[in-house]
Amino acid sequence: MLKYIRYDLKLIGDLIEPNSKVLDLGCGDGTLLEYLKKIKNVIPYGVEIEIKNIEKCITKGVPVFQSDIDEGLTDFQDNSFDYVILSQTLQVTKKPYKVLSEMLRVGKKCIISFPNFGYAPIRFYLLLKGKMPKLKFLPYEWYDTPNIHHLTIKDFYKFCNDHNIKIIKKIFLSYFKDKHIKIKLFPNFLAQYGLFVISKHATL
Amino acid sequence: MKKIKKEKSVGIVKTEYYTFAYPPNELILESGEKLGPITLAYETYGRLNKDKSNAILILHALSGDAHAAGYHSLNDRKPGWWDIMIGPQKAFDTNKYFIICSNVIGGCKGSTGPNSINPKTGKPYGLSFPVITIKDMVNAQKHLIDYLGIKRLLSLAGGSMGGMQVLQWTVSYPDMCYSAIPIATAPYLSAQAIAFNEVGRQAILADPNWKNGNYYNTNKIPSKGLAIARMIGHITYLSEESMHKKFGRRLQDKDKYSYKFLTEFQVESYLHHQGDSFVKRFDANSYLYITKAMDYFDISAGYKSLVDAFKNVKAKFLVISFSSDWLFPPSQSKEIANALRKNLKDVSYVEIKSSYGHDAFLLESKQLTILIKKFLNRISKEVMGKNA
Repeated sequence: MLKYIRYDLKLIGDLIEPNSKVLDLGCGDGTLLEYLKKIKNVIPYGVEIEIKNIEKCITKGVPVFQSDIDEGLTDFQDNSFDYVILSQTLQVTKKPYKVLSEMLRVGKKCIISFPNFGYAPIRFYLLLKGKMPKLKFLPYEWYDTPNIHHLTIKDFYKFCNDHNIKIIKKIFLSYFKDKHIKIKLFPNFLAQYGLFVISKHATL
Repeated sequence: MKKIKKEKSVGIVKTEYYTFAYPPNELILESGEKLGPITLAYETYGRLNKDKSNAILILHALSGDAHAAGYHSLNDRKPGWWDIMIGPQKAFDTNKYFIICSNVIGGCKGSTGPNSINPKTGKPYGLSFPVITIKDMVNAQKHLIDYLGIKRLLSLAGGSMGGMQVLQWTVSYPDMCYSAIPIATAPYLSAQAIAFNEVGRQAILADPNWKNGNYYNTNKIPSKGLAIARMIGHITYLSEESMHKKFGRRLQDKDKYSYKFLTEFQVESYLHHQGDSFVKRFDANSYLYITKAMDYFDISAGYKSLVDAFKNVKAKFLVISFSSDWLFPPSQSKEIANALRKNLKDVSYVEIKSSYGHDAFLLESKQLTILIKKFLNRISKEVMGKNA
């Protein structure tokens, strides 16, 4: 059943406490939640907008709510989930700030992963070719990319700092020759992806 | 005469009847009054499996009846009211599931209602029929399900008032509902919907032929009032967009205004046709009783909140709404789904894009079929194992 789990999904799985309540925003076909339900016995809920994905969630038995996360999470109460996950979705939202603040309101902890636009080959691509970067891990033309809010790992640090958001854990990844490698040095230069666990700072 | 394609239809079916609640064991109604004996009209399609685990109860809306699928005879012009959804290979696949559709009490389609004979007087009940609620309808259906020997329903499904019964079933008899599919429904009837019901009722009450409900032995029925009630109802079942698409401002059989108060626009003609044909198949008193039951419906009544009402339900839910439905708007279906989620129940919520308004649950079969099929597939695998 769980044939192949994308590596970052497995990493997210490792970060989650058993039996917790998990909300996955933009849950797609429900692969992550199905996996978390199986290995961590979580209580899963997904939010998804695409009907074809929702059909797949229903087949898998993953509870899913059809909703647009850009509209906010008004149906969800404060601190009602142990984890709110946004996996590879931040860069496609129309209002990333609104989505992040809503996540922090609803979740005790939030897990976010996104492609790092500061990754060296992207920088060189733009510098040398003078065109919008098109690489294996960002394979879109500028005119039909779903990614409308590119950011770098450094940008995310600054965002958290500016908005009083606590970074609990960070993991940096690159994918080389069919293998995922954890990046320890110069992540903003060498990592393709950033994965963060964040929470709101306790109000003083 | 027509040929019925076997692979697409349940074929020729027959309405059956079950009578219970003989005095002194009458059904105690929510109002405190007693009703009995009670007859329920019902139909079944497909086969009940050996361990009776493949039964699905279909619940109908305001003007529906037990005849949900197939034909009563080869001369029937139309099949049952949800034939697009029930049959071989359809959403409610009769090759796999045993489908039951029960008429409601208070109705006029073979179940005990105001036009039934009161055994105490030998005359039709008329207004002496007690006021019934959605809960009473469900309590009566529980007797039928017990009689059929089914301990737990694999699923329950229904739209509009049928969805209200689905919700009531899961709250009243949590152990008997493995899963539930409330469609285009609400946890309580909205003020706007009560308002439309009341206008419909007043049209009936204002008809001189209504005679305080005692028209059964006269040769005149309150057809004008009932037709107007149905016309109002039909406006609420459509959407602005669907009306515009279907009729626009087109005139019926002419291209000039007559400057007289005649039926001129196609939309007028449509409503008159709906009203007139409804009068032939429905009883005015039943319309009063059933709309009243809908008005009274509030699944959270007697509980602290809607969340509290769903605390003990066990069913797994698929809640479905339609984007252009303004009578039972998506926001009300979302309320149901959110209250269930707050109880950490297994619930999914889908809003199907449609321009058909409230009527969509009877018409919009493609997306609805896919969702229900996938949901039931998964549910039946859980209950009956991989061989389902």
